[in-house]
Amino acid sequence: MKALLGMLNLREGRVLLDGQDISSMSTQQRVAEGMAFVPQNQNVFVTMTVEENLEMGAFLRRDDITETMEQVFDLFPVLKTKRSQIAGELSGGQRQQVAVGRALMTKPTVLMLDEPTAGVSPIVMDELFDRIIEIKRIGIAILMVEQNARQALNIADRGFVLVTGENRFTDTGEALLANEEVRKSFLGG
Amino acid sequence: MEYSTDLLNALVLISNYVLIPALSYGSQLALGAVGVTLVFGILRFANFAHGEMMSFGCMVAIFTTWWFQSMGISSGIFPTAILALPFAILITALLAVAIDRSVFSFYRKRRSRPVTFVVASVGVMFMLNGLVRILIGTDEIIFRDGQKFLIKAGAFKKMTGLSEGLALKQTQVLTFVLAVISVLVLFWFLRRTRTGKAMRAFSDNEDLSLLSGINPERVVLVTWIIAASLATLAGVLYGLDKSFKPMVFFHMLLPIFAAAIVGGIGQPLGAILGGYVVAFSEITATYAFKKFIKYVAPGDFVPDGLVQFLTTEYKFAVSFLILVLVLLVRPTGILRGKVL
Repeated sequence: MKALLGMLNLREGRVLLDGQDISSMSTQQRVAEGMAFVPQNQNVFVTMTVEENLEMGAFLRRDDITETMEQVFDLFPVLKTKRSQIAGELSGGQRQQVAVGRALMTKPTVLMLDEPTAGVSPIVMDELFDRIIEIKRIGIAILMVEQNARQALNIADRGFVLVTGENRFTDTGEALLANEEVRKSFLGG
Repeated sequence: MEYSTDLLNALVLISNYVLIPALSYGSQLALGAVGVTLVFGILRFANFAHGEMMSFGCMVAIFTTWWFQSMGISSGIFPTAILALPFAILITALLAVAIDRSVFSFYRKRRSRPVTFVVASVGVMFMLNGLVRILIGTDEIIFRDGQKFLIKAGAFKKMTGLSEGLALKQTQVLTFVLAVISVLVLFWFLRRTRTGKAMRAFSDNEDLSLLSGINPERVVLVTWIIAASLATLAGVLYGLDKSFKPMVFFHMLLPIFAAAIVGGIGQPLGAILGGYVVAFSEITATYAFKKFIKYVAPGDFVPDGLVQFLTTEYKFAVSFLILVLVLLVRPTGILRGKVL
């Protein structure tokens, strides 16, 4: 994912966004082109308020951001009540919501999530998956790395199973769930 | 009745020799420490050249003051150096940006470790120190003009009938007022403006700020301009209050770093608190309390010695002591900054 964003150098191949080669662009340019990324760790500005976090997400935009912010608040109503609280004081699940909200503020075409459910409680996890489906319905493509394979494949249009850094299986989420070999090795039977 | 006069005398005495000097010295340290802390927060290294940036700024202000004086321009009761400030700030900011472009950006591109930056900044410090000494010489320079005192000790005694006088220098008030104004402006900038928020975001989480599209080079540029402006202001105010000597700012580096670390490095508000903590401790520890105790103690008790913890020659030891204590007991500083 870092390579896709230009934070690591490519050894070979190209990065295409909507058919356009963006391999030589800087991270900021790629963000401006519509890529948004939620890192696994340290994905909020802990010393800034929820609202400032969202504002920073929209840093590159020069137009009115209040509408997008309302959309984010509709998606995650908790954030609205905590908008002037410091993000570092929020719970893990709420932080994850701030992180996804910040990424959505750029009005991206692709949202990349790195293990969004790592370290949150099962209840919060289910809720996050619901929200991710909702975001997908708005028309934002989602690329997600997830250790919670069964649940992730359940909502995925397409799944990639990586084994020691190489792409081993590629299919629709449903087909992968039905695949005997995948089930045995990765889904615990 | 007589004892209450004694207490009043004690209060005036302590204001004159401890409170007022510590407030103005503390403001100068605070301005310096805020610059150090900002550079640390954004560029992530301790900038040893900060003291020399103050020195350079003060030097430019002195040259401009002389130039203005030769043309007969003055600002009445205020020191001419106040008029020279904008020029000094402009030139020092240009210098800071030029140094960043020629020295520090090289190491940024190579992603060098912080210690490399620190050593590079020591090099910049020596270079600037030499430059200042070549340009203006090593003599002590007093460039204060305008009205020196707002309250004179003699007039104060006559007015109040107390036996202790209170002197209030114009530069002391000027220092305090300008420090408060510039700090307020800085905080408004950091809290409310787009660029200020971007700086805070960059300081908080560099990777995430890049992912949000914040341009790191612009943040660095603005940081240097602010640090240079604050350094110039601190340098000129210190020079006005006391005098200009090229080596003074080299010595001031220690209390400034102590202030930044005591307050919590990377925290501007902490740097200000730290500035006053260091200034008050330094001046309190080196003040002779003999007379004060004479006034405060009941009866005719007079202490034998001077009741001075340290002679003024050892004032830097106070900064060292505070620094060591804070690093041992609370390495993050008062406001929980980053650990160096």
